[in-house]
Amino acid sequence: MQVAMASFIQLLVSGLATGAIYALIAVGFTLVWQTSQTINFAQGEFVMLPAFFILAAMNFGYPFPIAALIGIALSVVILGVLFKIVVVDPMIRHGVLPLVISTIALSLFLKEAAKDFYSSQAQPFPSLVPPTDIHVFGAVVSTQSLAVIGVAVVTVLALHLLLNKTRLGRSMQATAQNPTLARILGISVRRMVLYTFLINGALVAIASILISPIYLAKFTNGETLGIAAFLAAIIGGFNQVRGAILGGVILGVLDNLSAAYLSSQYRAAFPLLILIVVILWRPQGLLGRIEERTV
Amino acid sequence: MKAVGAAAFALAAAFAVILPFFLKPYGLYLISSWAVLTIAAIGLNLTLGYAGQVTMAQGAFVGIGAYTVALLLPVGVPFPLAFIAAGLLCFAIGWGLGYPALRVQHHYLAFVTLAFNTLVFLVLRNEEWLTGGIYGINGTPRPVLLGWSTNKAINFYFFALGVLALLALATWWMLRSPWGRAFLALRENPVRARSLGLDTRRYTLMAFAIGSSLAGLAGALYAPLVQFIEPASFSLNMSFNLLLMVIVGGSGYFFGPFLGALVAVLLPEWMRIAQGYYLMVYALMVMVLMVFCPTGLFGLVERVIKAINRRRAVKAPASSLNAQGAP
Repeated sequence: MQVAMASFIQLLVSGLATGAIYALIAVGFTLVWQTSQTINFAQGEFVMLPAFFILAAMNFGYPFPIAALIGIALSVVILGVLFKIVVVDPMIRHGVLPLVISTIALSLFLKEAAKDFYSSQAQPFPSLVPPTDIHVFGAVVSTQSLAVIGVAVVTVLALHLLLNKTRLGRSMQATAQNPTLARILGISVRRMVLYTFLINGALVAIASILISPIYLAKFTNGETLGIAAFLAAIIGGFNQVRGAILGGVILGVLDNLSAAYLSSQYRAAFPLLILIVVILWRPQGLLGRIEERTV
Repeated sequence: MKAVGAAAFALAAAFAVILPFFLKPYGLYLISSWAVLTIAAIGLNLTLGYAGQVTMAQGAFVGIGAYTVALLLPVGVPFPLAFIAAGLLCFAIGWGLGYPALRVQHHYLAFVTLAFNTLVFLVLRNEEWLTGGIYGINGTPRPVLLGWSTNKAINFYFFALGVLALLALATWWMLRSPWGRAFLALRENPVRARSLGLDTRRYTLMAFAIGSSLAGLAGALYAPLVQFIEPASFSLNMSFNLLLMVIVGGSGYFFGPFLGALVAVLLPEWMRIAQGYYLMVYALMVMVLMVFCPTGLFGLVERVIKAINRRRAVKAPASSLNAQGAP
């Protein structure tokens, strides 16, 4: 009984860690969706790439903390600003579908670029804390998992404060909810949309730093992460930051528990089944609001 | 204008018949896979271009068709029967998936179908007793029809081309029927279509199921073409590729998938000069095309023709009447 409990706690903690990373990716995804209607199919590759920025910076001789900052900065500029100016802005007037196709092509481009310009081999990536195990109530919990959860919670809290407690954040929310009205109120909608792209750039870089020590830095990492982000966003609710967080955590925990207790072969299937159930019974997501359709 | 279109079509058709006599086996393999993938792309064009529903499961349906044939042929089922079974099975599964999934539309449908594609992949990989798991199924025989063996590469190409022509003709006929017009109405204005008394859900479902069954039929040719199928061939990548084919060719244009599939099959080969970078170049080209012409290559052609006509119309106002009569 106690052994079962201990292993359950272990699974729960590592599931929460995975879920926290998914949540960060999904939050960025929903923010960009809310303000610009961009369904970013390259979001997974956006998480894969900053790890390579950081590794490249370390190859130039910078220590890991500095390299990580450089990686975040590069990610904000390239995956935030450049992505918006080069890919999204010229496409947005054509509607959602061409942009979807374009981001699919972008994901292929980024994946190939990482493979061709860095390496097709999985690269070891420095972890935030020395990986040791802590014993809690007989369960073995790795410090890595705890560090991941800690960083993710701090990041989400900072984002929450920014979005809800500052004038800037509230302007961004207004832009997401009703761009026309926001413009009438004197908010620079263009700038607010740009800010969400910058935030996404930072979030994916942080997620990259958290996940790469576990999965190693590899050009194919984005495939599963991108889908996880969509799933989390839809399960939680496409139009809510809280929803994306809830969706990410559910997904991460479920992933670990189902692999251990149900079937490891079909572990990838359970999130999809939940997705289908949620879409059929609550298409707006667990925490989402129903969006009204205009004729 | 119509004459120009007809001439272009005749030229392309003649090319498709004459070209294989000048090709080496690898070239024959490439154009055979063009013919096969075009069938799946026509199906996707029906769902996406005509009925306006984004599906990411087309690759999974190709896989279901391929596995159906690869499993039925060794137990003695003749090819034509296996071929039809693949189409019917995909029609039924498409209907079964679409029935609940089409309650939600647009990007949600994209995600449901994306999930479905991954589920199919997992089943193909994990159910080893049936599908051979990651080892796949080897050596699906090429069909012998009325004593005519398609074992030779060139024969198989003509067989695939013939099936493509038949299915394209059937689709063409269907699009001209009241059904096809209903599909178009769904894409252009679903609310108006419903207010005119169309059972929109049934028609959307129909388009989706027919589109899926075309993918199944493509799969039924895919298995004997490559003669080795494995789950990884039918992952999301194939669905994305098919989607790219339809969009690059021009979704909603009847011949869009033909051109799109040709680009998708040939371009990577021609860009071997770029070596490892060819996928990057391909991805870049798709992105550039999407910026300048989101309606694909056929949309681009149409725009050029319109521009020429306009210039002509300015020069000689009388001829503008003819130009406007053209589609």
